[in-house]
This record gives sequence, C-alpha cells and structure tokens, in this order.
Amino acid sequence: MKYSMNSDALLVSAYVSGDESALGELIARHKDRIYRFIYSKVYDRDVTEDIFQDTFVKVINTLKRGNYNEEGKFLPWVMRIAHNLVIDYFRKNNRMPKFESNDDFNIFSVLSDGDLNAERSMIKDQVEKDVQRLIEELPKDQKEVLIMRIYKDMSFKEISEQTGVSINTALGRMRYALINLRKVIDRHQIVLTN
Amino acid sequence: MAKLYSRTPRRERVDENLVPKEETIKFLLAYSSALSVINYKSKKFDLVLN
Repeated sequence: MKYSMNSDALLVSAYVSGDESALGELIARHKDRIYRFIYSKVYDRDVTEDIFQDTFVKVINTLKRGNYNEEGKFLPWVMRIAHNLVIDYFRKNNRMPKFESNDDFNIFSVLSDGDLNAERSMIKDQVEKDVQRLIEELPKDQKEVLIMRIYKDMSFKEISEQTGVSINTALGRMRYALINLRKVIDRHQIVLTN
Repeated sequence: MAKLYSRTPRRERVDENLVPKEETIKFLLAYSSALSVINYKSKKFDLVLN
C-alpha cells in the first residue's frame, strides 16, 4: 500500500491492525531526525546506532501490545523514548567509570582506594600548618571567633554567648578574619592546595 | 560567565548526512515481522519467531 500522503496516525493505526509495511514508512519518515537527535546528545556513532535500535524496538513492542494511545503525536512520542534511553545511557556510563584505552594503560588510574598517598598526606599536613601560622597573625578578637567556628565547630550563637558580644559582631569578626587571611595569602602568594 | 557566541551551537554541528545503517533498519523490520503478541486471559505474551 502507498502511504506517503497519510498522516502518522493513520500509519500507526494500519500497523497496529497488522500492516507491517506501515512501520517501514514510519521509520523511513522519521529515522534521520531521530538518529541525528540521538547523535547530538551522545556524539558516538555506535552508541547512536544502539540507542536508535532500542528506541524502535520499544516503539514496536508498545504498538504491538496495543499500549499506544497518543494518536497524532507519533514523532514527539518516539523522540521522548529516544531521550529517555539517552539519559539511561549516561546514567549507566557514570556508574561504570571509563578509562582511555591507550598503550601505556595504568590499572591504578582506574583503581583507587580514595586515601591520600604519602606525598599528598605530607602536603596536607604542610597546608594545615601554614593555615595555623596565618591564623596566629590575625588580631586577637578575629582569631578567637575563627578558631571557635572552624576548629571547635561552634555556632555563632554559642560564640556570642562565650565571648560576650552580639551575634552580628561575631559574624563581622569572622568576616574580617577571612578577608584578612585572603589578603595575607594573596600578598605572599601562598599556595594552599593539595 | 559570558557565553561564547562565536562558537557553532552543538546541535548545528551534527552532520546532516548522518543516517542509521541499512542493517539496523532491516533488523527492526524483521523484528517487527517476527514479533507477535498473544492475548490470553487478560495477559499478553510476546512471541518472537526465528
């Protein structure tokens, strides 16, 4: 049967009624657009091919089971299936870390115990000592608030009660403490990263 | 951060000649022809003929 003038809804209806050639026409009409849509998200020909195939397998299953009820909106429906499969692909990919397959493959670039190695541990100690030295240079009232907040994990309410100043004053001292620390770090170009 | 308007949007960088492989289309049509859904007592069974 010649379908080229018929709407998608008629083609879907014919396919559901058992006319297999209607599916061929539906695919021919929309394959390029759906394929490029998938490619624009994943940028990989093989992955695009897989997702494109899975999209239409879902379309076929749904239509044959008689579960399709969006007449007249065939293309947006297929695009939504493709979009969901693209999201599934990215989710699955994030859970399974990929590594570059080159000649000097290093298994330790994939496997990591998450702990700091000896070098990073030393750097971390050094950074902490540097920060403590910088804090010592702060005015007494600012140093007091900063130590209570950062090292003793006290709330500003607790700090205000212990130091006998208002919460706003404590907040202000903390703010100036951080500003002064940044100034000293910038002035001496101190690197505080691990 | 400012947008880089000089760069072509990603969507426009997709090659217009990109099309699915012929074998993928053939597979889909063959899969469709082979698939039958059988209704039995309010249940649906998929039957794929080889």
